Amino acid sequence: MIFLNINNLSVSIEGKKILNDFNLTINQGEIHAIMGPNGSGKSTLANVLAGNEDYEVDSGKIMYKDKDLLDLNIEERAQRGIFIAFQYPVEIPGVKITPFLQASINSKLKNENKPELDRLSFAKLLRKKAEDLGINSEMLKRSINTGFSGGEKKKYEILQMSVLNPEFTIFDETDSGLDVDALRIVTEGINNFKNNNNSFLIITHYQKLLNYINPDHVHIMRNGKIVKSGDISLAGEIEESGYQNF
Amino acid sequence: MNTETSKTLEKYAQEKYKYGFVTDIDSDRPQKGLNEDTIKFISKKKNEPEWMLSWRLNCYKKWLKMPNPNWANLNFPEIDYQDIYYYSAPKGFEKKPKDLSEVDPKLIETYNKLGIPLEEQKVLAGVAVDAVFDSVSVATTYKEELEKLGIVFCSISEAVQIHPELVKKYLGSVIPPGDHSFSALNSAVFTDGSFVYIPENVKCPIELSTYFRINAEETGQFERTLIIADKGSYVSYLEGCTAPQRDTNQLHAANVELIALEDAEIKYATIQNWYPGDENGKGGIYNFVTKRGLCNGKNSKISWTQVETGSAITWKYPSCILKGDNSIGEFYSVAITNNFQQADTGTKMTHIGKKTRSKIISKGISLGNSQNTYRGKVSILRKANKARNYTQCDSLLVGNKCGAHTIPYIDSKNNSAVVEHEASTSKINEEQLYYCRQRGLSHEEAVSLIVNGFCKQVLQELPMEFAVEAQKLVSISLEGSVG
Ligand SMILES: Nc1ncnc2c1ncn2[C@@H]1O[C@H](COP(=O)(O)OP(=O)(O)OP(=O)(O)O)[C@@H](O)[C@H]1O
Ligand SMILES: [Mg+2]
Repeated sequence: MIFLNINNLSVSIEGKKILNDFNLTINQGEIHAIMGPNGSGKSTLANVLAGNEDYEVDSGKIMYKDKDLLDLNIEERAQRGIFIAFQYPVEIPGVKITPFLQASINSKLKNENKPELDRLSFAKLLRKKAEDLGINSEMLKRSINTGFSGGEKKKYEILQMSVLNPEFTIFDETDSGLDVDALRIVTEGINNFKNNNNSFLIITHYQKLLNYINPDHVHIMRNGKIVKSGDISLAGEIEESGYQNF
Repeated sequence: MNTETSKTLEKYAQEKYKYGFVTDIDSDRPQKGLNEDTIKFISKKKNEPEWMLSWRLNCYKKWLKMPNPNWANLNFPEIDYQDIYYYSAPKGFEKKPKDLSEVDPKLIETYNKLGIPLEEQKVLAGVAVDAVFDSVSVATTYKEELEKLGIVFCSISEAVQIHPELVKKYLGSVIPPGDHSFSALNSAVFTDGSFVYIPENVKCPIELSTYFRINAEETGQFERTLIIADKGSYVSYLEGCTAPQRDTNQLHAANVELIALEDAEIKYATIQNWYPGDENGKGGIYNFVTKRGLCNGKNSKISWTQVETGSAITWKYPSCILKGDNSIGEFYSVAITNNFQQADTGTKMTHIGKKTRSKIISKGISLGNSQNTYRGKVSILRKANKARNYTQCDSLLVGNKCGAHTIPYIDSKNNSAVVEHEASTSKINEEQLYYCRQRGLSHEEAVSLIVNGFCKQVLQELPMEFAVEAQKLVSISLEGSVG
């Protein structure tokens, strides 16, 4: 099975080209990291994979689990196991986390023809996952991201990931703006969650996270393209001398 | 706006009304039109005492001299008062049926279909219901249980017979018939509605509720409700309403008066779902409602909660007169307008007593080609030392052909008073929708979730028994699929 194959993908927004003949293959169980200067198109890549309709796919192909991903809309992709931990999670006042995530997991179970979770068994699952991540259960009573600190928002994204159990997770700068403890929670969350079946794409500016997680491949992105691929030592090079050599 | 959003919105705009059926039943009606004979006819049908009839006729004379109020941001053809029936009752309703065995099964079935079972075995737990069909009350549940506590819960027609002293004392005491033309009209021709009296220090243990159904064609409904909470008592009351789907407009002009004495509390909730007209703006109810509460004793409290999703036109300003020192008035409102609906709704808080407090939370949601106006007035009178008001008006626009307007008036004659006002207008946010959909929710589910979240502050004020209902109604007024 081809897990994820992005082939010559070109993407623009409002007429401006952002991804330019982009290529990347990710196999099941692999962890890939992408680093690149601000504005190089990393978040754009994440949003295009998620199906965000603001972006225009000009050419190219994306295969995901042997299917043409571009045929599916946002929720269909999510129901098939694609999850983004957002760079800037949006606040949704008045919408409580627990019912929201229950609806979310049930949409996935429904798609897989599995029985949906009732309120009680879901609440139990959520509490357990929150506990594992060291997230205060008080937080589960609040509205989505509303009034959360930057770090809390990121932690909450990790919690959602561990509840929804996606096969392909994209972290868009999940490590940015975290204090030491939150960073530990996030990395432990990822490490406990990874296994041979699920794959990750980690977008980051820092070597630190990658040292904890140990990705299989590291890519450097510039001007909407991968300009170099290698192992974790690439991250070290960048930490030392920036992007000028790429 | 992206294509997916416009698709969902289009679907919403074509939403169908689920209560649009007609009950096929023979009814008793006077001649069309309004004159003294019409009023005598109504009064006679209800077997009213002389004082009631002369009160009505007096109000009618006032009405003749009054023009319709014109302050609202509404657009509709002039109402032809001579082209309306003012009374309609299923045949054989001269006397209210003693029990359900005397009620036409078609009527009972109607209420079953509306989700309001009246049969003893099936009644809603914890909710006493007065069921009003066109101009008459069909049945009232839990009556005896309430009587044991001294609580009176009956139709206003019955109250005129059984408790004339209370009716005489309080009817028109909060809304003087000469207030404006709709209140004068209602006072002249009111047909049925509920009457509630809670004796001193009694906390009503169950929800009281009236369900209004318009059935007959070309008929106006003139509901009249009077609720009196005596010293130290408490009552929570809810009103619901639906009507058949018709091409012509129908008039509903209600008057509701609340009186809270010292230390008493009245919670009044409305879930208004009159037929709103079709997607081209044809048909629907004209809903002209006057609701006013008087906090007459110190530490009394009146709170209005409304979820307004129906009607072609809604003209409604549930208000509080805060006369007793330390009394509290609250207004929580969700108004959703879709297609060509127009709503001009809000509240009036009049602070008379010292340290009186009021709170206004209004959430307007506009879709389609609709117009949604919040109109409110906060008056602080000269002696209302340290009075406080907090007003929050939020509007949510879905699509770009609709309008939202916020018109708050403040009139303060006391320097120690504090009046706060916050307002916001937002569009439904694509980023929020994206976030929800990325988590697997459909576009429709996401919109419904966000709108319900937007309304939460108000919906949580509803009695628990109805909060879920209201949430569903909010979703349905947005959605194409009917639950
Ligand atoms: N919605 C949009 N409208 C207009 N331009 C956009 C939009 N989204 C992204 N862009 C532009 O596309 C380019 C790539 O942006 P993107 O967010 O993908 O970069 P990034 O690599 O994630 O940067 P960062 O490291 O700062 O997060 C930028 O020049 C950005 O301004
Ligand atoms: Mg980015």
